Amino acid sequence: MIQKATLLLAAIIVTPLLGGLLSGLDRILTARLQSRIGPPLLQPFYDVIKLLKKEKMVVNVWQAFCVNCYVAAASISVGLFVIQSDLLLILFIQAVGATFLVVGALSSTSPYSQVGAHRELLQILSYEPLLMLAIIGIYMETGSFKIEAVLSWHQPLLIRLPFLFLVLGYALLVKLRKSPVDLSTSHHAHQELVKGLTTDYSGPYLALIEVAHWYEMMLFLGFCMLFWATSWIGMLIVGAAIFLIEIIVDNTTARLNWRWMLSYAWGMGLTLSLINLIWLYARR
Amino acid sequence: MGLLKKFTSFSQKKSPWLLHFDCGSCNGCDIEVLASLTPVYDVERFGIIHVGNPKHADLMLVTGTVNYRNRKVLLNLYQQMPEPKIVVALGACGLSGGIFREAYNVVGGVDQVIPVTVYVPGCPPKPEAIIDGVVLALQKFNAR
Repeated sequence: MIQKATLLLAAIIVTPLLGGLLSGLDRILTARLQSRIGPPLLQPFYDVIKLLKKEKMVVNVWQAFCVNCYVAAASISVGLFVIQSDLLLILFIQAVGATFLVVGALSSTSPYSQVGAHRELLQILSYEPLLMLAIIGIYMETGSFKIEAVLSWHQPLLIRLPFLFLVLGYALLVKLRKSPVDLSTSHHAHQELVKGLTTDYSGPYLALIEVAHWYEMMLFLGFCMLFWATSWIGMLIVGAAIFLIEIIVDNTTARLNWRWMLSYAWGMGLTLSLINLIWLYARR
Repeated sequence: MGLLKKFTSFSQKKSPWLLHFDCGSCNGCDIEVLASLTPVYDVERFGIIHVGNPKHADLMLVTGTVNYRNRKVLLNLYQQMPEPKIVVALGACGLSGGIFREAYNVVGGVDQVIPVTVYVPGCPPKPEAIIDGVVLALQKFNAR
């Protein structure tokens, strides 16, 4: 019990540091792909610390409350992931956090924030069923929702769940708001919809949102890494590969509108997932 | 504690997010501002991000003359920026009103409405001069 508690605490402290470094790497790689030099590796930390030291300005109390809930949910879901808890529980806690971010943006009267929030709702609507199906696939293969069971499974899940892994890759793209599906707020178009979802968040609250985003990024990379859980090297290779692919896709594709995003997610994503699930069912 | 303080002030210097406001400029200065944001100069090297949102900005670049209409907009944008914040005035018009100084509708330079820390002269200033002005503003940031 005590061991699990320390592990949980350690995960909550270490994950944002890793996430920040990865996000710095992301910015450097993105810059290189655009033939620029790019910021230093520690740039995301400079940004967050600067934002933390800025004046606190809120539109209303709800906004601050929602940001705190978002960070709490994101960090708890990562902690639960590390202590090898239930995948469904982690998914639901993560979804609560994502919804709080939207509620916070909706609590402001700014039209930019409102439009951003509505687009984020559509993004959640796109990726959440896909994640759910991926987890159901894992359950059908291993017979358990527990991460423990996945880690002790005798062969890599990727062999039996290739389509679900593809679908999870698309869900990751939507979740991280990478280029073809960065509708609600974009890392590239800094002035798009003013700043979309995060328009009315500022100073320390924006910093907390960034930290929560790092937690979620690590959580989702962790999800992907579960697909080669038989060896540490395999996990790292899968994680690194999917991260690189996301960055390359981010820099080579143009924006989709929300209809395309949703129809790809539901049309292609649900079909591929169902094919994979039916195949799993038939082989049993 | 000293180390933490050092790191925070270093971070503030390394991450200036700027807001560019065209306060009735002829667009000459604006083109130069945008030129300095292109991959040729790549200001993201210094952590500079061009944000379109005063609530996220640390630094405001103002170009053009201030008139009786847009002074309210300028003041509004300035007030929406959270502290600490700093203003850089660009070009002859932003500094003093330029050739429009005597016009009946013109208030004058940007410093007639909000406090300006760095003035970058030129008509228009070169991108190098603009980047120099921003770097100077960051040094003043830390001195405060």
